[in-house]
Amino acid sequence: MINLLINDQQVSVQEGTTVLAAARKLKLNIPTLCNHDDLCVAGNCRVCLVEQKGARTLIASCATPVSQGMEIHTNTLKVRNARKHIFELLLSEHRSDCLKCYKNQNCELQSLANDFAFGDHVFLDLVEDHKYNIDRSSPSFIKDDSKCIRCQRCVRTCSELQYVSAIAVSNKGAQMKISSFNNRPMSHVVCTNCGQCVNRCPTGALVEKTYIDQVWDAIYDPDKHVVVQTAPAVRVALGEDLGYDPGERVTGKMVNALRQLGFSSVLDTDFSADLTIMEEGTELLLRLKKALVDGDKKVSLPMFTSCSPGWIKFIEHKYPEFLPNLSTCKSPQQMFGALAKTFYARKRNIDPSKIVSVSIMPCTAKKFEADRPEMRASGFKDVDYVLTTRELAVMIKQAGIDFRNIEEAKYDSIMGDSTGAGVIFGATGGVMEAALRTAYEIVTGREVPFGNLNITPVRGMDGVKEATIKIEGCVDAWKFLEGAELKVAIAHGLVNANKIMKLVREGKAPYHFIEIMACPGGCIGGGGQPIPTNMQIRKNRMKAIYAEDEHMVLRKSHENPEVIAIYKEFLEKPNSHKSHELLHTHYVERDNY
Amino acid sequence: MENKGLNKVDLIFEKIEPKEVLIKAFKMSSAEIIQNMLDSGLKGRGGAGFPTGLKWKYTAAEKSSEKYIVCNADEGEPGTFKDREILERVSDKVHGGMAIAGKAIGAKMGIVYLRGEYRYMLPKLMIELDSFHKMIKEIGYDFNIEYRMGSGAYICGEESALFESIEGKRGEPRNKPPYPTVSGVFDKPTSINNVETLVTAMMIIQHGAKNFTQYGTKDSRGSKVFSVSGDTPTPGIFELELGMTVQQFVNVFGDGDTKAVQVGGASGFCVPRKKFAETIIGFEGVPTGGSMKLFNSSRSMYNLLHNYLDFFTEESCGQCTPCRVGCQQLLKGVEKVKKGEAKSTYLNELMKLADSMKIAAKCGLGQSVGNAFKSIVGNFREEIIY
Repeated sequence: MINLLINDQQVSVQEGTTVLAAARKLKLNIPTLCNHDDLCVAGNCRVCLVEQKGARTLIASCATPVSQGMEIHTNTLKVRNARKHIFELLLSEHRSDCLKCYKNQNCELQSLANDFAFGDHVFLDLVEDHKYNIDRSSPSFIKDDSKCIRCQRCVRTCSELQYVSAIAVSNKGAQMKISSFNNRPMSHVVCTNCGQCVNRCPTGALVEKTYIDQVWDAIYDPDKHVVVQTAPAVRVALGEDLGYDPGERVTGKMVNALRQLGFSSVLDTDFSADLTIMEEGTELLLRLKKALVDGDKKVSLPMFTSCSPGWIKFIEHKYPEFLPNLSTCKSPQQMFGALAKTFYARKRNIDPSKIVSVSIMPCTAKKFEADRPEMRASGFKDVDYVLTTRELAVMIKQAGIDFRNIEEAKYDSIMGDSTGAGVIFGATGGVMEAALRTAYEIVTGREVPFGNLNITPVRGMDGVKEATIKIEGCVDAWKFLEGAELKVAIAHGLVNANKIMKLVREGKAPYHFIEIMACPGGCIGGGGQPIPTNMQIRKNRMKAIYAEDEHMVLRKSHENPEVIAIYKEFLEKPNSHKSHELLHTHYVERDNY
Repeated sequence: MENKGLNKVDLIFEKIEPKEVLIKAFKMSSAEIIQNMLDSGLKGRGGAGFPTGLKWKYTAAEKSSEKYIVCNADEGEPGTFKDREILERVSDKVHGGMAIAGKAIGAKMGIVYLRGEYRYMLPKLMIELDSFHKMIKEIGYDFNIEYRMGSGAYICGEESALFESIEGKRGEPRNKPPYPTVSGVFDKPTSINNVETLVTAMMIIQHGAKNFTQYGTKDSRGSKVFSVSGDTPTPGIFELELGMTVQQFVNVFGDGDTKAVQVGGASGFCVPRKKFAETIIGFEGVPTGGSMKLFNSSRSMYNLLHNYLDFFTEESCGQCTPCRVGCQQLLKGVEKVKKGEAKSTYLNELMKLADSMKIAAKCGLGQSVGNAFKSIVGNFREEIIY
């Protein structure tokens, strides 16, 4: 243990601890900006400077490890003066139009400004000198350089967590900036639109592209029937933007709020998640059958899940030779969209051209996905507008809804029913668990051999998870799988996806089925979720997802009564011709630069 | 104050038989070599002046099967051109110094990081490096040197940015600690030394530490190569014993109208005429990596300051706030004052900002911008305002 003094208080910490962490142990608040719990140390904003006795300069507390007998002071005159200068320098490069900024009241720079209350500014405003660029080319997010404080959180996020490096530092000195490859628009570089950078940006330099006004317009258009679907991970995070602690389940209140906002029908993506399991589970079993029984060598295994649009774009750019291994299933959002303007329209006897389909997603990549040309199976744009969890919170505030005190409500019917299997799609390992619950039962006629259906080996926050399930006692139709060991793997965060894909490319991946989610923790940690994010917040949301599952009466996708009904009335059976038409898709090879 | 006067010496460029010195060095233990350096009092010749013996001692103490000697030949400080001369005339001593340093710290690998603009020297250096490798082989010793080219960024002369650049990354300074002696290039223990330091180290082995200490003062031992430029009838490279005053220097190199000397380049200090006599060139006074720029009364100190600030505003790597934005503020600030668009008292705010940059910037670049700013504004305030 290392003993040191901070502000004359003794503290003992492990070797390798930073001065910042040691100070936090003493409940001393040191301001930070470039520091983020999910990322490596940068030490470049210099806001966290403190004074070390005997040192020539001040030291960055986030970047300096403790040493034996160190004496630190966090609030000397020297520190205060330097910090005031640094803060003012940051502001002099930053367009401070806070009241008009999308991140107003949710901005770390603004919150520091509030804490410091420095008041007068001495130095020159440099904003106009910089001729900043605002890039609105991506359908998912906006990159506004005039708000950027060059903390490089986004750069570190994109390389360390996502292995994409769509953005990096370019130029030097006053011209130094965060830019894309060759300064191309973000829509034309290798960017997965995952929005993890948006989640970690301390200012308004990276924000989602909002479609709130378009949705309001649709709601107030008497000619339109506006349906809304809500993704599994939204219900366990929305509360954070409306005054609740992370991990609070607000499903019922959310449904009521959506109804009060004026949506014609409040439906659930969990329904189409259940449907995805039917389609994707069947697809997996058919691929296994082709490989094992028919000896078809062209069958692409392992099969990868295809729910995460960030992951889809990643593989399209980086591992296009494995596109045949992707499940052809659309994501639950897009299955829902295709059915909303076909099946739902027919059932409700509404002209599909009058339906506006909105989805509430924990995700920014879903905005890109909805725009893909492949996603027009209904003859229309299947999903018209995608809003993030954060945007929904904004709409709820705009409408003056007292979220805390409204009643809970239930989803509307026709595509509103769901099971616990659909809910757990929101957490890493959830699709795998849901698929196994159903596939195992189809093959053996029995429930998966895990207590209370909880397939714990596929759960948790490990970056890469593996499990093997022995298939025994098969029903006649699936006898060829008797005794087989189904090997599965799960990765979340694209840096982990890349680890698995490297193994696959090298032929060292012994798996049959791999679930990949672009974001850390799966959709609960999605790029459209409330800000801030860190491991504890994601864990709380994950716990809530599994609690939501435990509280459901039905917990297996194939038991969803609306899913059973839709096959009977409309789709015939999983992987039918109709299913392929509406619920399956194809992928495109993209350049890796 | 110890004052040695101005004495020209000829040690650095003296032609020697490097093989004999190396055989002598390789017979010594690592500890003996380091002790020689410590006894000599040699301080780094790049400008920062860290004791070479200590640097080698710390690196030697690290347990690692892989260590590096890096020769910093990214000579980018405005007004410094002595490393170029050394590499052109006595590269055998540079390579030899690296081998001796390698023996001292336990490194088998040396890397010379050569300034991008010096690429023209590479063909000749490669031939000389070949003969060095042959000689080392003849002695029966194992040490290899590679050259890596810089690409023109001033910041890559900062040791940790230099490592990043060698590793193929963007040249940005790292957080310290860990220091290079613990984790340097490729995260291995590394001793990074200036070109001239390595040559001087070889001289110390050749002549003995005691001989070396006859030159210079207590705080600044030995002789040093100076790059003399500006308003002088005799610009060029001169090896001088350390410990002279600026006055003594100006008496020899001035044009009879010297009003200021910028010692140590853009990141160094501006010494005005009234302080010539009391200012020693060396670590006890104004340290320098070699740059000595003389200015006569025809020169505008505003233009000089503007030029330096312009340089730093462009050459800052841009990662840390105090340096990236601080440089811009200092530059635009003096422009505003000069144009009369800001009050002259605004300079006081800028002086405070320069103080903050000195203690808040991440690396030596940002920390030293204040040197030139404060010494020029402090001594020639009226020239900045009017």
